[in-house]
Amino acid sequence: MTVAVQFNAVSRHYGAVRAVDGVDLGVGEGEFFAMLGPSGSGKTTCLRLIAGFEQPTSGGIEIFGERAEGVPPYRRNVNTVFQDYALFPHLTVLENVAYGLMVKGVKREDRLKAADDALAMVKLPGYGSRTPAQLSGGQRQRVALARALVNKPRVLLLDEPLGALDLKLREQMQEELKTLQKALGITFIFVTHDQGEALSMADRVAVFSDGKIVQAGSPAEVYGKPRTKFVADFVGSSNILSPDLTAWISGQRRWASLRPEQVSLAGETAKDGLEATLVAAHYLGSTTRFVTEAGGQRIAGMLDAGVATPEIGSTVRLAFDRNDLHLLEDAV
Amino acid sequence: MSVAITSGHSIGLRARLADKFWRQPNLLLAVLLVPPMLWLGVVYVGSLLALLVQSFFSVDEMSGVVVREFTLKTYGELFTPTNLDIILRTLTMAAVVTVAAAIVAFPIAYFAARYAKGKWKALFYLGVMMPLWSSYLVKVYSWKLILAKEGILTWIFAKLHLTFVLDALLSIPTIGGNSLSVSYIGTFLVFLYVWLPFMILPVQASLERVPSNLIEASADLGALPNQTFRKVIFPLAFPGIVAGSIFTFSLTLGDYIIPQIIGSSRLFIGQAVYAQQGTAGNIPLAAALTVVPVVIMVIYLTVARKMGAFDAL
Repeated sequence: MTVAVQFNAVSRHYGAVRAVDGVDLGVGEGEFFAMLGPSGSGKTTCLRLIAGFEQPTSGGIEIFGERAEGVPPYRRNVNTVFQDYALFPHLTVLENVAYGLMVKGVKREDRLKAADDALAMVKLPGYGSRTPAQLSGGQRQRVALARALVNKPRVLLLDEPLGALDLKLREQMQEELKTLQKALGITFIFVTHDQGEALSMADRVAVFSDGKIVQAGSPAEVYGKPRTKFVADFVGSSNILSPDLTAWISGQRRWASLRPEQVSLAGETAKDGLEATLVAAHYLGSTTRFVTEAGGQRIAGMLDAGVATPEIGSTVRLAFDRNDLHLLEDAV
Repeated sequence: MSVAITSGHSIGLRARLADKFWRQPNLLLAVLLVPPMLWLGVVYVGSLLALLVQSFFSVDEMSGVVVREFTLKTYGELFTPTNLDIILRTLTMAAVVTVAAAIVAFPIAYFAARYAKGKWKALFYLGVMMPLWSSYLVKVYSWKLILAKEGILTWIFAKLHLTFVLDALLSIPTIGGNSLSVSYIGTFLVFLYVWLPFMILPVQASLERVPSNLIEASADLGALPNQTFRKVIFPLAFPGIVAGSIFTFSLTLGDYIIPQIIGSSRLFIGQAVYAQQGTAGNIPLAAALTVVPVVIMVIYLTVARKMGAFDAL
């Protein structure tokens, strides 16, 4: 597989702040790659390094095998969908989409035709004569996408592309983005702090924390086999079990993670299972999420709909498969 | 037994008044607005109307007495060669000063808006505003000294062995003259200096409102820096230039001090008004002359509004 974007020990420091700190990264051509992390974890800076808005303090960046340091943004075959879309307010939608072709000197009729096609691709045909101010948030998002894609970039960068949309629209756009990416075969690199979005859309996810990549892998790997407490907790929610509790359950004195959906309540007659006190229960419709306390530690679990929830404060037994316990690499 | 819902404040006169205003916010608005509206309405609009009325009177040529009868004769006088000349001269000067101010102000405003931070920004505001703190007359007379034949500018040109440049400049017909201080070039320079802050500030404000991500987006889409400037930054800052031009244009149009102190003795509208209502005693003609810049500005503002200049204020 051709490597689209390669980071070799890339750092970007602002004075004493290490926004990006020694990141190694390889994104394959045609991959849908997610950079996931809380705000301030360096993911957006990484995106800006690829776009060329920032230059690395040290380390090397290659885009399709070419050194990218010192190459200005306007010379990179990379386009960005900005977080707040950054549409030009003084231009119409069509002129916005045609902008990249216009500055490259494409003939007027050709570029307007291409812009029209791009608008049709993002399902906004006939919107060309409006101004960005006349569009809804979701429509602006599509225009921003069309404006980037019309340039046929080899890498498309998306900075929290769905952050400003409401839930329904976000889910719809997730699907469309995924479909579009498959159809075009362009490398998509997108930044998000929404783990659900990253897991559902990406082929591969890199989890960022404090300017470093803590773990990179397929969504199933990152979710199923988190390496650290941070990843376990940030990607989905997780019960982080203390070394003592883990030792009691599995015999190994290590931090461990246990997903709530793998924890249930044993029947009243059960003799084994971890004894705990039920602290809270939240009815979620299809399931009931409950929180218990065992050995000074909170453990959350899920009950199927229709299963009666015991009284708050009563003693329950937790049921889970010992093999679902996932040991973490954090120092004990 | 009634249950008190009040919190136990004493119900004094002030509290009663506060309650009254709270219930009727429009009353408070009226109380606050009536004095300034009276001032604006009676004193300002009133005098403008009086002016307008005066301009429809005429002066009896024999006796020099104002004839209080409606006539367009005075307006007709505006089209005599002398008066037309004055109007055109003033308009040209206002236009040239405005264009020059825009050209000079833009880089300064651009620097302040996009690059200056913290201390540099403070320095910028200080530099731009400081001339506004000193007396207008003092500034104009200082310029007279600078531009005079024996002034520092002549001296600098001489020291640099560039006297021939100055001489060439002054030998240009119409705008040249004996020295800078008695030429249109001098008048222009002083106008430019005095009104420059009024151009810099709105342009800077409009440039500051150009989001930096639009500039990044433009570069991202492949635009070279000069394309980004022409296609994104300048169009978005243009309303600011129009807003600034309202100031420079109208201030030049109405000024009568600068051309009187610095420049050739040929009149500008302001000076003509001053002369007509003073020594000549021709109030109707003075009024009609005053209406000229008012009309020009109404047209100008209408156009400016169409260009979105008021969004930049």
